[in-house]
Amino acid sequence: MSTQPQDAETEQPAEEAEEAEPESEHQQRRMAEKARRAEERARTREKRDRVAEDEETYHLRVFRYDPDVDGKGDPYFDDFHVPYEQGMTVLDALIYARDHYDPSLTFRHSCQQAVCGSDAMFVNGRQTLCCKTQLNELDEPVRIEPLPHQEVVKDLVVDMEHFYDQMEAVEPYFQAIDTPEVEDLEEQRQSRENREKIKMSTRCIWCAACMSSCNIAAGDNQYLGPAAINKAYRFAMDEREEDEVKEHRMNVLADEHGVWRCQTQFSCTEVCPKDIPLTEHIQELKREAVKESLKFW
Amino acid sequence: MSQSYDRGAVEDFGRWTEFSAGMWAWILHKFTGWVLVGYLFTHIAVLSSAMQGGAVYTETIQTLEGLFVVRVMEVGLLAAAVFHILNGIRLLMVDLGIGLEAQDRSFYASLVITGAIVVASVPTFLSGLGGGA
Ligand code: SF4
Ligand code: FES
Repeated sequence: MSTQPQDAETEQPAEEAEEAEPESEHQQRRMAEKARRAEERARTREKRDRVAEDEETYHLRVFRYDPDVDGKGDPYFDDFHVPYEQGMTVLDALIYARDHYDPSLTFRHSCQQAVCGSDAMFVNGRQTLCCKTQLNELDEPVRIEPLPHQEVVKDLVVDMEHFYDQMEAVEPYFQAIDTPEVEDLEEQRQSRENREKIKMSTRCIWCAACMSSCNIAAGDNQYLGPAAINKAYRFAMDEREEDEVKEHRMNVLADEHGVWRCQTQFSCTEVCPKDIPLTEHIQELKREAVKESLKFW
Repeated sequence: MSQSYDRGAVEDFGRWTEFSAGMWAWILHKFTGWVLVGYLFTHIAVLSSAMQGGAVYTETIQTLEGLFVVRVMEVGLLAAAVFHILNGIRLLMVDLGIGLEAQDRSFYASLVITGAIVVASVPTFLSGLGGGA
């Protein structure tokens, strides 16, 4: 099993200690809130574990669709009863179902540790990373569907092309004009404060959970979406990029389908498996965009 | 990838039980906004009865205020207005980047305060019913 609860518990304090340094008070409060929620989840987990001992199987209802097979061209749901083991994630359960019951069950996954971002799915009505979601936190039957608002290719696999296009639209790479000469091999240093500022925004794993949860993105296909805007934030706020570059970035962001589309529903922030304060970043960029346009009046 | 399936708006209103606080705030803000716009027009319509003279206006108002539905709708209007104001303040805070981590709690607070004000207003709005305003 990939994410044993014990691991999760030992990991957490370490992470907190690292994060406790020059954090803004704001961020601390947010993390406290997260910790509280995690605790709550741990409690439910414990309770469920006791129940699960006699229950032993978990009931999954999995979305199926396969245009290439007769009779599977119309989406339907399959039921799987997966034997439960302590620490089992939704992804583990899917893998079990595929390996033991139906090898044709298709879904993306790779790292099994919330790093690769390939297994975001719609579990019990919420976008989530399957490898980061404990089975026993969920109500049965556990309904597993592909990410909404993206075309389904097969079973739980969705077409990510559009998401990647949006990510690329914001030029997600460092573009300082004035880079040090290659010969001096000089480092381009960033201040600690600046690094802290963009820290959270660097954590994106391109899972598209946020984009899928956003109903503005669902209605406006050209909207950059939370992940792309967050990506842009990561570079626009980087002090090592010159003003001209930032201006160029702001032009992209302040476009009709850019930051102004966000209506602060907080759906993205709610689902992001990496706890990136997406709405906050979008709002900050909105303020930047206002400042930027006032300058030229 | 010969073919793919468009599931359309999966998260439609049928999933309202799964909506989060921010989503509800958004929906209610839109809804109360439209209610207020709608009220503006009826408000102008009622006021413009004064163009036909003070007596007509007084009579219109008295008839309307004598109706129970109108009183109930007034309470509803107050609820819409108060919520829209409070959530408007919340959104202003969000726009200024203040207290974003408490956005769900501030939404619940708007709801509770709206509820309290509305309940407190009921006696005022329903008083004198039947006995002339
Ligand atoms: S911002 Fe969060 S939810 Fe969106 S793609 Fe990145 S990791 Fe996934
Ligand atoms: S399998 Fe890599 S993020 Fe879940």
